[in-house]
Amino acid sequence: MKLRTVFIAPGAVVMISLFFLPLLIVLAYSLLTRGAYGGVALPWTAESYTRIFDPLYLAILWRSVWIAVVSTALCLVLAFPLALYIARSGPRKTLLLNLVMLPFWTSFLIRTYAWMFLLRDTGLINTVLQATHVIREPLPLLFNTGAVILGLVYGYLPFMVLPLYATLEKLDPALLDAAADLGASPLVAIWQVIVPISRPGMIAGCLLVFIPCLGAYLTPDLMGGGKTVMIGTLVQNQFTAARDWPFGAAISLLLMAMVIVVMRALGDKGEELL
Amino acid sequence: MVLIKVETVLELKALTKDFPTHRAVDGVSFSIERGEFFSLVGPSGCGKTTTLRLIAGFEEPTSGQLLLDGHSVEGLPAYRRNVSTVFQNYALFPHLTVAQNVAFGLERRSKNGKQGIAEKIGKALELVHLTGKEARLPHQISGGERQRVALARSLVLEPQVLLLDEPLSALDAKLRKEMRHELKNLQRRIGVAFLFVTHDQEEALSLSDRVAIMSRGSLEQVGTPQDVYRLPKSRFVAEFLGDVNWINGAGVRPEAVRVSRATPPQVVRSAGAVVEGQTFMGNCIHLRAKLESGVECVAEMAQQECDFKDGEKVYVWWQATDEFRVP
Repeated sequence: MKLRTVFIAPGAVVMISLFFLPLLIVLAYSLLTRGAYGGVALPWTAESYTRIFDPLYLAILWRSVWIAVVSTALCLVLAFPLALYIARSGPRKTLLLNLVMLPFWTSFLIRTYAWMFLLRDTGLINTVLQATHVIREPLPLLFNTGAVILGLVYGYLPFMVLPLYATLEKLDPALLDAAADLGASPLVAIWQVIVPISRPGMIAGCLLVFIPCLGAYLTPDLMGGGKTVMIGTLVQNQFTAARDWPFGAAISLLLMAMVIVVMRALGDKGEELL
Repeated sequence: MVLIKVETVLELKALTKDFPTHRAVDGVSFSIERGEFFSLVGPSGCGKTTTLRLIAGFEEPTSGQLLLDGHSVEGLPAYRRNVSTVFQNYALFPHLTVAQNVAFGLERRSKNGKQGIAEKIGKALELVHLTGKEARLPHQISGGERQRVALARSLVLEPQVLLLDEPLSALDAKLRKEMRHELKNLQRRIGVAFLFVTHDQEEALSLSDRVAIMSRGSLEQVGTPQDVYRLPKSRFVAEFLGDVNWINGAGVRPEAVRVSRATPPQVVRSAGAVVEGQTFMGNCIHLRAKLESGVECVAEMAQQECDFKDGEKVYVWWQATDEFRVP
C-alpha cells in the first residue's frame, strides 16, 4: 500500500461512514412517506419537496435568507475596521487577536443565555433604564427578529475578523504610503487599495458567517423566543413535534443546496478559501 | 551671455526627527536645484530613508523646516504634497493593471474628464518604454518593468521633486547597471529634480550632479562626486566612498599610488617599500606593499604594468595633489 493511501484512508473512512452514508440516508428519507409515529414508511414519493412551495414555508426560507444576509453584512462592516486596526497595531497584535477569540472559551449556549439575561424585560438594560427613569415600560429587546440578528452578529463576528485579519496582515504597508503619495486621502486609500486587495478575506469571512447563520438553530430559538422561525428551527420541528421526518429531511437537503448555490455564486475563489 | 537661472525646488533647514529610542535625522540642511540629480548616500541606518520620508510627508519632523518651491510644507499631509516617491519594492498596486497604476495619481488629482488622462498615461508609458504592456498586472511583468511602471506612475504627476528610495536595490547586478544609465538619461530628458537615496556609493558617484553623504543622522559632506571623492572632509566620507591608504596622516586612493623599481621623480611624495602580495581583481591588480615606516599601502594597477615579485624592494609614490587630509 502506498504511503499516500495510508495517509488518506482514516479521513476517507470517517467521511464516508459518518458523512456521506448518512447524507444518503437523509436523501432516502426525504423521498419516503411519513410514518404514523415518526420515522418513515413506503411508498416512495416526492411530495415532501412539493410541500416546500407552500407560502408558509417559503416565508420561513425567505426570512432565513434575509436574516443571514443582514447579519453577514453587519459582521463585515463591524469586522473590517477592527481587523485593519489589529493588523496595523504591531506587537499588540497577538493580545488583540486573543481577545477576539476569548468568547470561544465558554459555550455558545451559555453566552446566548447571558445575552438573554441582559435583554429581557427584567434584565440589566431595562432595569437600569427604568431605575434612572429614562423609560417607564421595559423596552422589547428580546424575542424578536432584532434580537436574533444581534445574537448571530455577536456569535459569528470572530469568523469574519480572522480571515480579514489574515489578508490585511499580509498587506504591504508601503502600498498605503504609495496611495498617499499619489494623492489619495486615507479614506480613498482604504476604499481604492485596501478593500479590493482584501477581497479574498472578505469572501472567506462572508461564507464562514453566512453559512452558519442561514442554518442557525440555537439563536433564533432562544433569542427569537420561537417567534422568529428560521430554517434550522423548522427542520428541528419536523423531526420532533411534527413527526414528519421526510419533510424535515427534504428541508435539510434544500438548506445544503442553498449553501452550495451561494458558494458557486461567490466563484471559484470562495471554494478555494474553504 | 546666457544666464542660467538657478531655482531651488527643495530646501531642508536643520531638519530633525526623533523616534522614541533614537534621533534618526539630526539637523540636516541642504537644497536641491531644478533639474538636479542629487544623491543621499550612507550606510544602512544613517537616516537617509527617514529624511526621504520626511520630505514625502510620511513622517512629521520633530523640528526644522522643509520648503518646497519656497513654501513651507509643514503640516501638509503626504497626499497634498507635490513630490512623488519611487519605493524600494515599487509598491505597485497588485490589483491594478500597468495603465491603472499609472492612472491612480492622475485620477486623484484631476477632477475633469478621462480624455487627458489616457493621453498622459500613453506618454508616460512611452517615456519608460512600456507601450504595449498597459493591460498587464504587476505580477505578470519583470522586475525591471515594475521599476519602470513605478517611475511612470510618479513622473506622470509632474512632481517638483522625484524621491527615489533605493530604487535599484531590488534588481540583479546586470539589470541594475542597465537601469542606472536609463535612469540618468530619463532624468536628463525630462529635467525633473531627482533625490536619489542609496547605500551604494558607486551608484551615487556615477549618477549624481551632487552627492550628500550621511552618517548617524547627520550630513557629513555635500558636493560634486569629484569633490567628495577627491577631497573628502572626514575620515568617514573618505572610507565610505572608496578604499584609502592612510600614510603619515594623509589619505591616498589606491588608484593614485604608483609603484616602480627606479627612483621616483623629486616632486612627488614617495617611500621605499617591500611588495607583500598581489590580488587579482579581474580588471586590475591590487598590490600590497609595506612601507619603510611599517604602514601597509595598496596600489591599484593595470596587469601589464605589474611585473613585481613578492618580497621585491620597490618605490611607492604619488602626486601631492592626489592626497587629502582630514581632521
